[in-house]
Amino acid sequence: MSYIPHTDAERQQMLSAIGVTTIEDLFEAVPASHRFPSLNLPEAMSEMEVMAELLAFAEANEHSQDYVTFRGAGAYHHFIPSVVNHIISRGEFYTAYTPYQPELSQGTLQVIYEYQSMMCALLGMEAANASHYDGATSLAESVTVALEVTRHKRNKIILSHSIHPQYREVVRTYHQGNPALRFVGDRGRADIPDLIDMLDDSTAMLAISYPNFFGQIDDLKQLADKAHAVGALLVMVVNPLAMGMLKSPGELGADIVVGEGQSLGIPLSYGGPYLGFFATRQQYVRKIAGRIVGETVDTAGKRGFTMTLRPREQDIRREKATSNICTNQGLMSVATAVYLSVMGKAGMKQVASLNYHKAHYAAQQINQLDGYQVDMSKPFFNEFMVKCSRSVQYTNDQLLNDGIIGGIDLGEYYDHLRGVMLVAVTEMNTRDEIDGLVSALERIAKE
Amino acid sequence: MEPLIYELGANGRTGALLPKLDVPISSMPDADWLRDELNLPEVSELQVVRHFTNLSQLNYAIDKGFYPLGSCTMKYNPRLNEDTARLAGFAHLHPLADASGAQGALALMVHLQDWLGEISGFDAVSLAPAAGAQGELAGILMIRKYHLEHDGEKRTKILVPNSAHGTNPATVSMAGFEVMELPSDTNGNVDLAYLKRICQEQREYIAGMMITLPSTLGLFDSQIVEIIDTVHDAGGLMYMDGANMNALMGIVKPGKLGFDVMHYNLHKTFSTPHGGGGPGCGAVGVNARLKPYLPGPVAEVAEANGEEPPLYRLAIPEKSIGRLKAFHGNFGMFVRAYTYIRINGEDGIKQVSRHAVLNANYIRVNLRDDYTVPYDRYCAHEFVLEGHWADVPSVHALDISKRLMDYGIHPPTNYFPLIVPEALLIEPTETESKQTLDGFIDAMKQIAKEAHENPTLLTEAPHTTATRRLDEILAAKQLVLCCAPALPSWNIEEKKSREGSLT
Repeated sequence: MSYIPHTDAERQQMLSAIGVTTIEDLFEAVPASHRFPSLNLPEAMSEMEVMAELLAFAEANEHSQDYVTFRGAGAYHHFIPSVVNHIISRGEFYTAYTPYQPELSQGTLQVIYEYQSMMCALLGMEAANASHYDGATSLAESVTVALEVTRHKRNKIILSHSIHPQYREVVRTYHQGNPALRFVGDRGRADIPDLIDMLDDSTAMLAISYPNFFGQIDDLKQLADKAHAVGALLVMVVNPLAMGMLKSPGELGADIVVGEGQSLGIPLSYGGPYLGFFATRQQYVRKIAGRIVGETVDTAGKRGFTMTLRPREQDIRREKATSNICTNQGLMSVATAVYLSVMGKAGMKQVASLNYHKAHYAAQQINQLDGYQVDMSKPFFNEFMVKCSRSVQYTNDQLLNDGIIGGIDLGEYYDHLRGVMLVAVTEMNTRDEIDGLVSALERIAKE
Repeated sequence: MEPLIYELGANGRTGALLPKLDVPISSMPDADWLRDELNLPEVSELQVVRHFTNLSQLNYAIDKGFYPLGSCTMKYNPRLNEDTARLAGFAHLHPLADASGAQGALALMVHLQDWLGEISGFDAVSLAPAAGAQGELAGILMIRKYHLEHDGEKRTKILVPNSAHGTNPATVSMAGFEVMELPSDTNGNVDLAYLKRICQEQREYIAGMMITLPSTLGLFDSQIVEIIDTVHDAGGLMYMDGANMNALMGIVKPGKLGFDVMHYNLHKTFSTPHGGGGPGCGAVGVNARLKPYLPGPVAEVAEANGEEPPLYRLAIPEKSIGRLKAFHGNFGMFVRAYTYIRINGEDGIKQVSRHAVLNANYIRVNLRDDYTVPYDRYCAHEFVLEGHWADVPSVHALDISKRLMDYGIHPPTNYFPLIVPEALLIEPTETESKQTLDGFIDAMKQIAKEAHENPTLLTEAPHTTATRRLDEILAAKQLVLCCAPALPSWNIEEKKSREGSLT
């Protein structure tokens, strides 16, 4: 009862004001046979005891503060400047509700506006929403937008197999209620030219990943023109950290850019809460879901911010809304706004460069080892594929003995990639750590 | 006003400190792949701290004062939750960690699933949905898949009361169903006679019904068992919107009433913070018949033998509707909700709902003389009043809301539910003291007086906030959605011609 402030005397005063004897008298409308069930829950604990229990749970996990981590595949161990956690720990941000009352929410509203602005700059887009749940749900929502933009006259969605496998699962989950929709392109090994060949006048959108799930940078130069030639939208699933270095999706002709913002100031946290970003060109902004903040003035003519294009949303449009989203990942977009601010222009370029060069150093070292072959067929950013002579599971078990968390086993998602490990190297990995990985791998192959 | 972060910078200024490169430089990809510019702020760390601190102070928050926002359950967010969620072993755990390296996290998930199931009387729980709306989508997709497997494709309609949250009808459409709206009766409950008729007429086509309990008016519908039976008799399944679960813990178990599926809002009932709009968690509970359809993954016991601690793993249920997001849900919210249930224990959880209901009724009886309370009987954790008076036609619910801001109180929910004119939906939560409630009651009484004596005090309110009322029409018309200058166009031809025109 630690968070309930009522004293016995107050409770009595309140009950007599209402005109009942006990609190239980207030529940007469609840069917009597179901009223006041027992709850088989554990006994209450003190704060110290709860903390001790949770500390034990936490320490039972193998985490990236205790282990050297080379695991990515959609979630990365990156540097988070201290200031990020300090700002999002301010109660004014995290104990506020959605900014429906703008006069009391200018803080949240301006941060979202700045988040939208920085994401647009990073991605080369003109408008961004305040967030979706994660990269996968952002991609799922992009399908809805593509169908709306093409007026529901098209039903073919081309997905690259090199989009995160779980993102493609989520897209199918979201759209299972629309059996007319056809998802093509991702069941085999179709590369960019093959995807281009699938474009036709029934195609609503083509989605690719940049860099792709394997860390590679595909040749996307022709893609936008080819998609637009048949009237389809080009959707890019982007690793935002790579945008500190790579040409923006806007410059490559993307119509919608989605992805996972976890790399931008959000801890791994066993998979969430993360940040689904969603950005597009101004011409499509009325078709997108989620909250959007715009600039305006108050009755005194002073600059202020408010949620805008509200009639798109579920609380107003109800069954005609294109998405039911209301709660999003609000505080995570604050984290990313603070991250992008403190990293700034120079920091984002530098962190991208650190990732690139460290990953390439690691790839070159591993590629020289007997028993390993790195896929160097395409340029890559901070992740690369390593064919291992031993099984990936065995290799990872051995690495763990050396205090190293290795990359995921791509064979779990792709039949043709059995025995291939996806290794991620970030700015957190020092040269010593990379050298440690290389010598451990060398030893494992020889054992 | 606080300037924009972009207005604070200076060319070449840097914030974060990063290490020097400690490996040899590798060759870069072709210049075609690299960007020339990156228009991000150039500010110092102190500027960042001041800027966001100043912005935070323009917000209202639970930490600053009373937040009686109906249907949102703005209860105290315990500080302990924040500390446990940030423990290194949780915060730095990779989502694709091997199960053997995530036993602590998985144990926590299994316990939380069990406790949520116990609190609401369901057989199984999936924590995967990221928010209430995603829980709704999961629930309706489960109902869809269940019918497809048992009854073919003919069941295409979902019943939704006209008092429902907007997410309900939006979810129904998103899942490929058709909405059939149900009228309310004069008590604010579902019109049972209408429901019975429609269930008779549309028998073969009804897939299910979504209903909020207690209703969005904050009322227990005493006919609930009959409603459930009526829909079940027609072959439909019952979805409960659990947004108002803060009224029900230890009071009634929805699963035992006969509901087939419901979502919880961990960010309402279980004290995880709202974060200025999220993140949340919309865990779903189901009875045995929908268990195989739960969204994945769920945590489960893989092996248990006697005295050894059990071995946990993640699994996708047999006939799952699929994944709702990458990985396994908003884990940070699981830790907070676990912490909350653990510190409250059985008795504490029961007292939560009892006191939430006590507080709402206390405000209701104290405001009934000054405002119209359209359904003036024992309410649940919230109640609705009409924010207008026949003798002061210029004053609307919105004006009362804006005037409350001048008293340092966040307004109640405005204009919802839609079936009450000028609705003000008031939900105090159990964590507010009698003094706070008395302060709110006094403010509301004073505002009612002002409305009659000096209505412009209300219609021009707020007077004391960081900004006055904002021009929302202008915002939608000018659509200024970002302040960073756009990057060069992707279109090479256009770019060339523009460069040409510059030379």
